[in-house]
Amino acid sequence: MSLITEKDFGTPASVATETVTLTIDGQAVTVPAGASIMRAAGQMGTQIPKLCATDMLDAFGSCRLCLVEIEGRAGTPASCTTPVANGMVVATQTPKLAKLRKGVMELYISDHPLDCLTCAANGDCELQDMAGAVGLREVRYGYQGHNHLNAATDASNPYFTYDPAKCIVCSRCVRACEDVQGTFALTIAGRGFGSRVSPGQSELFLGSECVSCGACVQACPTATLTETKVIEIGQPEHSAITTCAYCGVGCTFKAEMRGEELVRMVPYKDGKANRGHSCVKGRFAWGYATHRERVLEPMIRASTDDPWTVVSWDEAISHTASEFRRIQAKYGKDSVGGITSSRCTNEETFLVQKLIRAAFHNNNVDTCARVCHSPTGYGLKTTFGASAGTQDFDSVEHCDVMLVMGANPTDAHPVFASRMKKRLRQGAKLIVIDPRRIDLVRSAHIRADHHLALKPGTNVAMLDAIAHVIVTEGLVNETYVRERCDLEDFQHWAAFVARPENSPEALEAVTGVAAQSVRAAARLYATGGNAAIYYGLGVTEHSQGSTTVMAIANLAMATGNIGRPGVGVNPLRGQNNVQGACDMGSFPHELSGYRHISDEGARNLFGADWGVTLDADPGLRIPNMLDAAIEGEFKGIYIQGEDILQSDPNTKHVAAGLAAMECVVVQDLFLNETANLAHVFLPGSTFLEKDGTFTNAERRIQRVRRVMSPRNGYADWEVTQMLARALGYPMDYQHPSQIMDEIARLTPSFAGVSYDRLDALGSIQWPCNETAPEGTPLMHMERFVRGLGRFVVTEYVPTDEKVGPRFPLLLTTGRILSQYNVGAQTRRTENAAWHEEDLLEIHPHDAEERGVKSGDWVKLASRAGETALRAKITDRVAPGVVYTTFHHPLTQANVITTDFSDWATNCPEYKVTAVQVSRGNGPVDWQISYAEKASRSRRIEATS
Amino acid sequence: MSQTRETLITMANQIATFFQSQGAPDLAARDTAQHIKDFWAPRMRRDLLDMIAAGEAQRLSPIASDAMHRLK
Repeated sequence: MSLITEKDFGTPASVATETVTLTIDGQAVTVPAGASIMRAAGQMGTQIPKLCATDMLDAFGSCRLCLVEIEGRAGTPASCTTPVANGMVVATQTPKLAKLRKGVMELYISDHPLDCLTCAANGDCELQDMAGAVGLREVRYGYQGHNHLNAATDASNPYFTYDPAKCIVCSRCVRACEDVQGTFALTIAGRGFGSRVSPGQSELFLGSECVSCGACVQACPTATLTETKVIEIGQPEHSAITTCAYCGVGCTFKAEMRGEELVRMVPYKDGKANRGHSCVKGRFAWGYATHRERVLEPMIRASTDDPWTVVSWDEAISHTASEFRRIQAKYGKDSVGGITSSRCTNEETFLVQKLIRAAFHNNNVDTCARVCHSPTGYGLKTTFGASAGTQDFDSVEHCDVMLVMGANPTDAHPVFASRMKKRLRQGAKLIVIDPRRIDLVRSAHIRADHHLALKPGTNVAMLDAIAHVIVTEGLVNETYVRERCDLEDFQHWAAFVARPENSPEALEAVTGVAAQSVRAAARLYATGGNAAIYYGLGVTEHSQGSTTVMAIANLAMATGNIGRPGVGVNPLRGQNNVQGACDMGSFPHELSGYRHISDEGARNLFGADWGVTLDADPGLRIPNMLDAAIEGEFKGIYIQGEDILQSDPNTKHVAAGLAAMECVVVQDLFLNETANLAHVFLPGSTFLEKDGTFTNAERRIQRVRRVMSPRNGYADWEVTQMLARALGYPMDYQHPSQIMDEIARLTPSFAGVSYDRLDALGSIQWPCNETAPEGTPLMHMERFVRGLGRFVVTEYVPTDEKVGPRFPLLLTTGRILSQYNVGAQTRRTENAAWHEEDLLEIHPHDAEERGVKSGDWVKLASRAGETALRAKITDRVAPGVVYTTFHHPLTQANVITTDFSDWATNCPEYKVTAVQVSRGNGPVDWQISYAEKASRSRRIEATS
Repeated sequence: MSQTRETLITMANQIATFFQSQGAPDLAARDTAQHIKDFWAPRMRRDLLDMIAAGEAQRLSPIASDAMHRLK
């Protein structure tokens, strides 16, 4: 293995279809019109010296190193900023150019420390390379004059260091922060000789607006901005292409290694989801893989009151199998089940559901998508015929109007948010529907055209009001509807939304949003050109989550915004493999590829392949399993890579369900909160330690590649396989590619997928089959998967969770950029520097009424429970609304949330909980007692 | 009656409310029944039917009740 290097063409590719032919150094070359001379030269293999240019950024033309001579033109223009032209004759290397370049380099080096041998970038420094390329042999100017060599280093950021002594002020970092990330946290402070890169107003990086995406580090051509790990470890010597294990964007990275030690994760330019960009989590927050709290040996215990006993893998697996056999013999075959993980690979997820269906002999399998995007599956399958988003991420580049609803992309999907912001800066319009003023509403060079700050729980009313405007003001795309949709359904729906009670005026009191704002937003969405809807868990995690998804689909169909680039319905998936977990048959009612378990043909296909007879009835969903446990009918569960005690709603109910079981098996990296109530702990492996695939929010299947041995001894798929064998069901996979072959054999939408094809194509968006051998970037192009698009009437039904005198505020929950989900991974990294604890956001009016100041402890109580956390006073939330995250187990935000759930899928209603906030003195009794119990539960018996 | 069984009534009523908004009552009952058949484990259907038989499901809406009778 060697280090994977990517060629830097200096300037971005031109997207023009017409071509231009020119001559460079005597060779004819044909390139797209609009390309730079530098790019054209790079295409024919000629590297023109450069420092300020990189193909991730638009040309800047400041370093004066890439000069060329052009026949018939005066002077020596910069090749990065000069576009090609037909018949142009260019020379990239002449005595005149050599002299100029050498002179420029001499000036750069005259204010640069000559410490190459001890420099962290030694061997990976463009300045060093260019000194070599131009043949610099001496620097005549010395160091006697003014220089920057003693400028102070800023090591405030835990992941990278800023050493201004090594800076050549090429502005690549500043431009990367602006153009790629879109944060505008960096600037060039001062003028002339005093110019220097500055985070904000000459602040330290950590305290500035910098979001630590790493784009500046990536762009830096010297050692000015360098990963701390590279400084500590040294330059990597080999790398592999893999996929990030955080959010559903699915960024491609080069895992750069020294031996089995990960040095850094570098975003891969050819990654189709991220296009060379990254965020603080994927780029830097991987230290959890080697964290001291990771549990590497299996453990068992008879009672959750006992300390853990470390055992061998053989003992752990045979004990687990024997417990499941005992429970099924005593309580019946349906008394056990399992949960697949959206953090694990497709292959692992497929295997867990296979284990449950084929070795447990029931369909009691569910996945964490239950509590996030299950309404997406139901809603989009009902309306379009496919349980997935319609577009690829590139589609955003053709979008004219973005409608972002119930999503906070800059925190939860930051790399895609950067692409959205770029398009918005180019002039696309933005509608945000969210109770909170998310960053997209107002940030650097971005202003939402409309922010509809609706009351939590009124999504359907809002979408019906928008639909009302579209229908009654004649904004329906009638041609599209007539050609592509079921007309009878459309007419039924149109008559419904046109009713006076669905007008923005009538619903103003429900949503809390002025009718005129709703009308203006509706007109913009319907008439502004290519309009795309991006949504998140603020749509799905409601009692009407599925209805809201269908209301979104209705809007897209009514305006003809499905089936071409720039439009569509785009669920922003939460975890790295939520899409994949759903695709792989993790739901209790369907097999992989979304075929219902009652479908005899599908069931027989699987049954024949697996050598079993499959149960024709759906199994229990996660909340149903917990209910059944409390009823005494569900006694054993195998949970792979999921912490339901922290992530699922109504913590006390979850705890009661787990406590009622006789065998809870947790397979994870750490002793998570669920493990406090477990009887068997099976150590899990990280994404760095195994092969497999993840599927991202755009249905893109991408390889995960093992770069180090599993520290726990086995990849997760191997553990599931051992358990299946111990239960008497044969599984004999030698490699995850064989599992993918089985998936492809049994799943029509994956029929053309294999590891060989993935290696050849880089990634594949399903469906991939005979008719789409290279996958399907955009769905429903000619016709909907179900044939005609189906409009569904979406009547607003208020949630049963009501505010009242005891609980007058509405709590909504979400994520923050630096932390991920339950925080099991990110809390064990330096990301804690940005978010040490969950905070309660409260509006100044509500805070003042309660005598609460920023930083005060407050008690947060609902009908389900109470907890305490510190307050943050902000007008991001409207009066009457409070907001918090759920990243920290001490807070246990889900002790507050209730059992209310989506009518179709049981997805919990996390986003609406009636609460009261009052001043507090610190953690409440429940938190103190929980922390004590958790600590006691994590005791591990000393081995002799 | 336990809280978890009470939840089944709430769930059935929610489903019925949705399908009621789609069309005629008999279609709503039919579609509610089909949804419950498609997504509920047999144990859940059985429990709710037991509650109906025991007169413990008074809170069940007429459409949900009709749907459950179709699932007997």
